[in-house]
Amino acid sequence: MSAVENTGGGTVEYIQHHLTNWSVGQGFWTLNLDTIIVSLLLGSLIVFAGMRVGRNLEVGAPSGFQNFVEMVLEFVDTQVKDSFGKRDNALIAPLALTILVWVWLMNFMDLIPVDLIPAALHAVGMDYFKVVPTTDLNTTMAMALFVFLLTVYYNIKVKGLVGYIKMFLFHPFGKFLVPVNIVMTAIEELAKPISLGLRLFGNMFAGELVFLLIALLTFGATISAALLIWFPLQVVLDVAWLIFHILVITLQAFIFMVLTIVYLGMAHITEDEH
Amino acid sequence: MNITVTLFAQMIAFVAMIWLVNRFLWAPLSSMMEARRQRIADGLSASERGKHELKLAEERAVQIIKEAKEKATELLAQANSRSTEILDEARNSAKAEAERVIAGAQAEIGREVERAKQELSKQVSVLAVTGAERILGREVDAKVHEASIADLVARI
Repeated sequence: MSAVENTGGGTVEYIQHHLTNWSVGQGFWTLNLDTIIVSLLLGSLIVFAGMRVGRNLEVGAPSGFQNFVEMVLEFVDTQVKDSFGKRDNALIAPLALTILVWVWLMNFMDLIPVDLIPAALHAVGMDYFKVVPTTDLNTTMAMALFVFLLTVYYNIKVKGLVGYIKMFLFHPFGKFLVPVNIVMTAIEELAKPISLGLRLFGNMFAGELVFLLIALLTFGATISAALLIWFPLQVVLDVAWLIFHILVITLQAFIFMVLTIVYLGMAHITEDEH
Repeated sequence: MNITVTLFAQMIAFVAMIWLVNRFLWAPLSSMMEARRQRIADGLSASERGKHELKLAEERAVQIIKEAKEKATELLAQANSRSTEILDEARNSAKAEAERVIAGAQAEIGREVERAKQELSKQVSVLAVTGAERILGREVDAKVHEASIADLVARI
């Protein structure tokens, strides 16, 4: 908080400061370095943990961390099998696992006190650092877009190009309302990635914002009697929102994963199975 | 908050992450879990097989015992009948032997009686001739009266 107080205060400025990425480049060519660095760090954490677990696998009676990883793995596998059944696709389960774990970890950054990392980095001369990659639309939309591209790819692969076009022409209202069908299906298909990306972004962004607002309760406060009320209130609210937010980040990661599986599962359904 | 080139950077990162997760987390763990599943299935089927084999062995043991019992009973019966047979045989042969001995003895007796008779009749004839010589006071030619003597002897 001291980082902001030095600039003279102002709640709007405080919030805006927290919502600004550390970036290089201009306009479209802006690279949000904080988003990329944090997501890559978390990604390498996953890979590192995976390698550690994978190096000494215990087939007989697993224990500790391997148990936990196996539990997550089986959970994801169950979700995929529920949706895909016999139409097996070796890509889906690793994709779903990546989403669940990676998104959860990126969301988890939301639980780090909002001022901790920006303040620490301010001390070494960095002005902006947004620590939660999923509050960056680029991250969520990148994943949603990739999932969208995969659905298009599998739609064409499974249904054939003709089958995919047919889906646009004759779905959902049959062959007499072809123009309406095209519009409807296009909206339906485009809404999938957009809602997928925006849902995660929106939830995380809003969660971060609530943390900022709670932090603002004692923003710029001087030592006074009023602080005796505001400070405990801030602590209580922060803890409450933190606990609630553990649920939110898990739920959002889960929803992103399930929707990815469902969308890709729909892409694998052929015309005659409708 | 705008869509920028970061989007593409994150997409590349995402694809790389999927590949890495698959390579280092999913593939080794799921293949290990499959191996474990296989091992458990093998163990279960082995125990099932063991149980089945035990059941078969038990059945076979029961069968063998039953057969052994039957065989023993059969052998016992055989031995019994054989012993009866032997006994009968012995009895029969003893009887036959006894009869043979008796017959021999009787034949011997018969022969002795006959010989005694002949001896007796010879002596009687001699006696008769002697007696007649005494009575007649002269020698009787045995050869002349042979026929009457023989008749006499036959009447004894």
